[in-house]
Amino acid sequence: MDHSPAIAPAGLPLDDDADLTRLHPNYTHALRVQAALMAIPFLIAALVLEAVSRDAGFLPPGVIAGPVLLIALALVIRVPNRRYNARGYQISPDRLRVVRGLLWRSDTVVPFGRVQHIDVDQGPLARFFGIATLTLHTAGNHNASVSLPGLGEELAREMREDIRAHIRRESM
Amino acid sequence: MPQSEPRHTAPLSVAIGALGSIRSAIIPAIAIAFSGIGGSGRFLIAAGVALASIVIGTLVSYVGWRRLTYTVGEADIRVESGVLSRAARSVPYERIQDVSLEAKLLPRLFGLVAVKFETGAGGGEDLALQYLSQTEGERLRQLVRERRDAEQVAATDPASPALARPDADEGDVLFAMGPRRLLGFGLFEFSLAVFALLGGALQYVDTVTNVDVWNVDLWRGWLEEQGSTVARLGPYAQAAGALAGLVGLVFIGMATGIARTFAREWGFTLTRSPRGFRRQRGLFTRTDVVMPAHRVQALVIGTGLLRYRFGWHGLSFVSLAQDAEGASHVVAPFATMEEIAPVIRSAGFQLPDAATRWHRASKHHLTDRIVFDSTVLGLAAILAAIFAPFGVAFIPLGLAVLAAGANMYAWEFRRHAIDDRQVFASHGLLSPTSQIATRLKLHSVEIAQGPIARWRGYATVHLGLAGGEFAIRGVPIEEARSLRASVLETIASTDYSRLDAAPASNQALSAAQSGFSSNLAAT
Repeated sequence: MDHSPAIAPAGLPLDDDADLTRLHPNYTHALRVQAALMAIPFLIAALVLEAVSRDAGFLPPGVIAGPVLLIALALVIRVPNRRYNARGYQISPDRLRVVRGLLWRSDTVVPFGRVQHIDVDQGPLARFFGIATLTLHTAGNHNASVSLPGLGEELAREMREDIRAHIRRESM
Repeated sequence: MPQSEPRHTAPLSVAIGALGSIRSAIIPAIAIAFSGIGGSGRFLIAAGVALASIVIGTLVSYVGWRRLTYTVGEADIRVESGVLSRAARSVPYERIQDVSLEAKLLPRLFGLVAVKFETGAGGGEDLALQYLSQTEGERLRQLVRERRDAEQVAATDPASPALARPDADEGDVLFAMGPRRLLGFGLFEFSLAVFALLGGALQYVDTVTNVDVWNVDLWRGWLEEQGSTVARLGPYAQAAGALAGLVGLVFIGMATGIARTFAREWGFTLTRSPRGFRRQRGLFTRTDVVMPAHRVQALVIGTGLLRYRFGWHGLSFVSLAQDAEGASHVVAPFATMEEIAPVIRSAGFQLPDAATRWHRASKHHLTDRIVFDSTVLGLAAILAAIFAPFGVAFIPLGLAVLAAGANMYAWEFRRHAIDDRQVFASHGLLSPTSQIATRLKLHSVEIAQGPIARWRGYATVHLGLAGGEFAIRGVPIEEARSLRASVLETIASTDYSRLDAAPASNQALSAAQSGFSSNLAAT
């Protein structure tokens, strides 16, 4: 996975080049299952088209279903790994940095002093894999909610408590 | 004064409701009168329908008025309403951002105003009282401010004596526009909206009367009749006719612009009082909005393609409260920079000066934009060369050259700067739009890069701004990172709950803060 070029000037307080904390390994599996579920309708559609065209007989067999199957396999086997590698976070005493995106990379930092409220969500799939999504809400229009999926369930709750403790301390 | 008992809105509101129902009864009545329903008795039916809807409308508005009460309590304003199901809503004083008074033409004739308590809820779910008498509205506004400030003073310390002054509305006039200025403003507000209006009216005529507006034959007949007249005139007269038509169009556009500007901005006055900015404007619908100075999150200085050449700019405040047309409050729609500068200072912001160190966008960003635009247009040119008659291909090619020129000119405006307290950025195609935000009042920082941007080493910096967007495009990646680092240093050191708490000490605080962060940057 290519990381962004290392050209941050020295002596800056934020370590942009420090290694990101990886997400929970199960997140790859969750992404994979999600991709598989997404691919199934397309595969079925491709097979139906295949059957229809075989009856009509104007296309050699496998011209439609073959590429669709290849793309689906790539999406299920290769892409989740790469997406997992592209994501990461970095937590410091007063801010959270979330990095995501394979092609369109985005690198967001939210200071805890600007967090309005915090969510920890779990869908059925995430619950099965024991992971959760942590979402920080800010008052800004852009990045009104910054979500960090694929955290271990326990860790997500711990992080929520940490951030909440920080907020409470600040506003006292 | 005793505030505990529930009050009704002004009784005359019923009359306005009744007048409103007359207005909405007229159109169906006319429709019935001109349609085929009921044969000869249709006028009677029309009158009956009109009468019934007026009576029902009046009754509804009366019952609604009877059942709506508001209570000005110790800590909040409560409104109870509803005919069959009762709804009670309470808004605490500390959540009210501004109280705005709006007087549409009809209520204004009766001396009534609609009082709106803006909470910045975002969903447009603001509490509104329609209608109160002018004096009651003013009194309520005064009261809300006193209550809110009392709470604030109790919460923090009574730092500034200005806060305790009760006479809020007597302030200095910061900016006002007379009729001459409005005329100039109107000339730049060229608008052909009147034609859209005409189209709408035609559609309406079509549905109500039996004249089929969309009947092509009718128009063709008319056009041929006119066209043959035109054809007899000869080429010079035709050219003169076309020119006259164009001049007429420009004239209509300008007249529309002037009329709309006069209606919207008549008597524009911006005053600054200890409590905030107060803007009054409007010819038919008079609005009166107060914005507390510490709620201003950022400034936008916009201009137009033509007006920029004459030195005219417009200033808006970005805040969580919503204005009539958009998210930000227009505080000086048409002014010179010399007139805008004091308003900006008064809001606690500073214009960039000679000492400001501007950073330009990455040259790569410019090149990539030009390459992208010319690729798209070049493809269009190739397609045109293959499929279209000779010569058409030159149009996209010419456009590509123009686009490259426009991009190069736009690059001149694309720059940003950061100082101890603020972030500046400007962009624009043929005229610059500038934004100024306080570092302290930002909420998050994002560095976003597409695949090309990553390869070429630039990024878009999105700053989380309450009530608006703030994005700086084409920033070289290392600059983007140091920008983020210094902004974050400022943000992280002050908690959100302290942003609004002490507006008076903001200045000192951020000054101290900036010293801190520049120290950090220097180490």
